[in-house]
Amino acid sequence: MQTQQETTSISVHLESKPRATKFQQFFRKLWGQKALLAMSLPFIIWLFIFKYVPIWGWSMAFQDFKPAKAFSEQTWVGLKHFTFLFADEAFFRVLRNTIAMSTINLILGFVTAICLALLLNELRNAMFKRVVQTISYMPHFLSWVVAASIVSYTLSLENGIINILLVKLGIVDEPILWLGIGKYFWGIIGASEVWKNLGWNTIIYLAAITMIDPEQYEAAEIDGATRLQRIRYITLPALKPTIIILLIMNLGHILESGFEPQYLLGNPMNLDYSENLDIFVLKYGISMGNFSLATAAGIFKTVVSFIFLFSANSIAKKFGQARLF
Amino acid sequence: MKNLLTCKYRKVSLEDRIFDACNYTFMIVLCVVMLYPFLNTVAISLNEANDSIKGGIFLLPRKFTWYNYEHVLSEASLIMSVVISTLRTVLGTLISVLCTAMVAYTISRKEFVLRKFVTITFVLTMYFSGGLIPTYLLMRDLHLIGSFWVYILPGIIGVFNLIVIRSFIEGIPDSLFESARMDGAGDFTTFFKIVLPLSLPVLATISLFVAVYQWNSWFDVFLYTSSNPNLSTLQYELMKILQNSNASLSSKTAADAFANAGAGVSIVTPTSIRATMTIIASVPIIMVYPFLQKYFVKGLTLGGVKG
Repeated sequence: MQTQQETTSISVHLESKPRATKFQQFFRKLWGQKALLAMSLPFIIWLFIFKYVPIWGWSMAFQDFKPAKAFSEQTWVGLKHFTFLFADEAFFRVLRNTIAMSTINLILGFVTAICLALLLNELRNAMFKRVVQTISYMPHFLSWVVAASIVSYTLSLENGIINILLVKLGIVDEPILWLGIGKYFWGIIGASEVWKNLGWNTIIYLAAITMIDPEQYEAAEIDGATRLQRIRYITLPALKPTIIILLIMNLGHILESGFEPQYLLGNPMNLDYSENLDIFVLKYGISMGNFSLATAAGIFKTVVSFIFLFSANSIAKKFGQARLF
Repeated sequence: MKNLLTCKYRKVSLEDRIFDACNYTFMIVLCVVMLYPFLNTVAISLNEANDSIKGGIFLLPRKFTWYNYEHVLSEASLIMSVVISTLRTVLGTLISVLCTAMVAYTISRKEFVLRKFVTITFVLTMYFSGGLIPTYLLMRDLHLIGSFWVYILPGIIGVFNLIVIRSFIEGIPDSLFESARMDGAGDFTTFFKIVLPLSLPVLATISLFVAVYQWNSWFDVFLYTSSNPNLSTLQYELMKILQNSNASLSSKTAADAFANAGAGVSIVTPTSIRATMTIIASVPIIMVYPFLQKYFVKGLTLGGVKG
């Protein structure tokens, strides 16, 4: 079928003028694939409307945007909103919070997930392993609203289990109002993220571990390697490419410390530590109606993310490691 | 499995045993940490509200009652939000999975001339987006604000899901497609009669991902439809309760509730209502995910390798 089509198109090629043939060939082929086109075209249009059109909205950051006016009537102001942002003390506090929380989440998330994957792999009882895995996936499926509700109850002053345990064990004299003290907020977010996503994050590492040739372990055992040595010299090196790829992908999100947990657990008392870039954009953009400034902050976030993603990728390339692209 | 086989022949050293003991202990502690906060919430939701204030409820309710559930579920606005949550979950999942699978099929066909173009335009959107404000203005211009469709339309195709399904379809043997073509099947027939039935495992995974996303969403409600209480979802209702109790954190909600309970008028408290709604909002998913574990582990691995 295919070859027949090709031969006809070659004969067409020989007869017609050589300049038009490439287009003709392309459209003839496309016409032959009407069904595939019908299946994808509506969604290409959808993609452009919902994903590409909003990028046009970036122009707002360089205007004094008034929603009621048409595009041609907007006043262009150059980099005014960006200079305003970088002169704003609140913006730097927000930036500090964002970077601090995402760094804490990144490091905690990686270390805990890798450790748990290594330990799960050492469990000999397959049934027990499965049960532990199922339980550890559970919090991932809860919404952040539910998780925040559970976290804030766990940390509450009178009945929170954390305060009860700390007082019973004599570590603190009085219960602590965890969510009311700003300096604890980053730690609370880090711990909540670990609780929620620890099990889920191990999936990819466990998959990589199953790719390891069991003969390696047998050989190591014959050579008298201990359990910990086997983890250190076989399992961990085998995970290296996976770890590096995930690290690069996550570095691209360094300015995305998450939005939901901070928004849901934040309150006026921990505002100085809980407000991050996304909340800043929401506050300026939706609540105060300063669309231009909020968009400028959004652009800043995307551009920095791109720089991080590409530099992490090229560093990995330089060191001859696995990379994203 | 292979690891297990080798274990049988291993002589178990003292060091090994200590390691195992520590490891099993750690795993049990981990399970407790994962489960306890949730089970504690279940206990509170099943305990008499004014008894809960006294504290000391851990894993089991002290004075068992269904009253909290009866009270919450007798609220008409809450029933409505459950209906909307269910509707967006069912409809959103069906539409999204069908459309994503369809596009995935087209970009899995090597002969499709637009294959590269379609793939790249989709994948690019993984790395940048217009951001909150431009997206909000787009929804406004499309007259989607205050409409149910704002829950469904923006999320029809998830790029990650697209890549996962494509990888799966590419794994279907070419001979099947060849013989279908020989029998005169067009692309639509091939898609509905061959690809869809064969992709059920991956479609189950993606359905779970989309359904969880839809069921758990509250931010789009907050942003786009908060003016229309008829379109509120369960998660958003819970979020409002949570925000209220956060805002009054310093002014001692428990004390207010005490006064409330002491008056003997109502026997529900903010704490017990919150616990009850938390459970209602999470139970549907918790009942489903363990059965799909095999699938989502596979799906995630497939997407992780190729994506």
